[in-house]
Amino acid sequence: MDYIKAFIVGGGICVIAQVILDRTKLTPGHILVSFVTLGVVLGALGIYEPLVEFGGAGAKTPILGFGYALAKGAIKGAKADGFLGAFSGGLEAGAGGIAAAIIFGYTMAVIFNPKTKD
Amino acid sequence: MENLNNNEYQKFADKKVPKPTYLKNVILAFLVGGAICTIAQGVTNFLESQGYNEDLCGMGTSIVMIFIGSLLTGLGVYDKIGKVGGAGAAVPITGFANSIVAPAMEFKREGFIFGVAAKMFIIAGPVLVYGIGSSIIAGLLSILFKG
Repeated sequence: MDYIKAFIVGGGICVIAQVILDRTKLTPGHILVSFVTLGVVLGALGIYEPLVEFGGAGAKTPILGFGYALAKGAIKGAKADGFLGAFSGGLEAGAGGIAAAIIFGYTMAVIFNPKTKD
Repeated sequence: MENLNNNEYQKFADKKVPKPTYLKNVILAFLVGGAICTIAQGVTNFLESQGYNEDLCGMGTSIVMIFIGSLLTGLGVYDKIGKVGGAGAAVPITGFANSIVAPAMEFKREGFIFGVAAKMFIIAGPVLVYGIGSSIIAGLLSILFKG
């Protein structure tokens, strides 16, 4: 059942992005940046939390979920350590993903070459 | 053909312009995005079964999905998924990995510092700036409003 929920929530978020892509001149880059920021806002306001509880990975895997994790971490850090925690909490929550993106991204880019377009 | 006036020509040209495929795009985005999230749910469930706590499961899932996205981009497979899935491939965290590897590979000839390492962040950089920046603001605001 959690697979079906993940499919529906994740697919639904992607549909919203697709409609924006098709109806506006925004590029996928714009979408990534605005969705991560939107994820922070929705996460901070507590609006995203129910979606995560319902959709699981379907809500966490889209880049909105990365923003949600950053906001949740920063607020948790602020609660625990005050102002300093607000600065470090978000990065702590995102650390695994960011570190993975750096090391895997770099490695794959060095190993592989772009495929010639056909 | 020579007898077409402006108005008729416009109608003729409009017919030749490919019809926008909004509905098809939306359906494909739903299927591809949904499928990627379902795979991520599988990874999460596996990590949970290994006894990791919720936070570690989330982080572990991100790491695995980023690995998959990077590898498939390197192999040239993710481009094909992206062509079919559109936003369904771009918005999940695998698309974030794709946005790192694709330009980094493309600019390799400019060297490993200003080519690969710098171009990795051409999209990921703004994502981190706005994501982390706004998370700090959210954290500070949470102090102001909760005391």
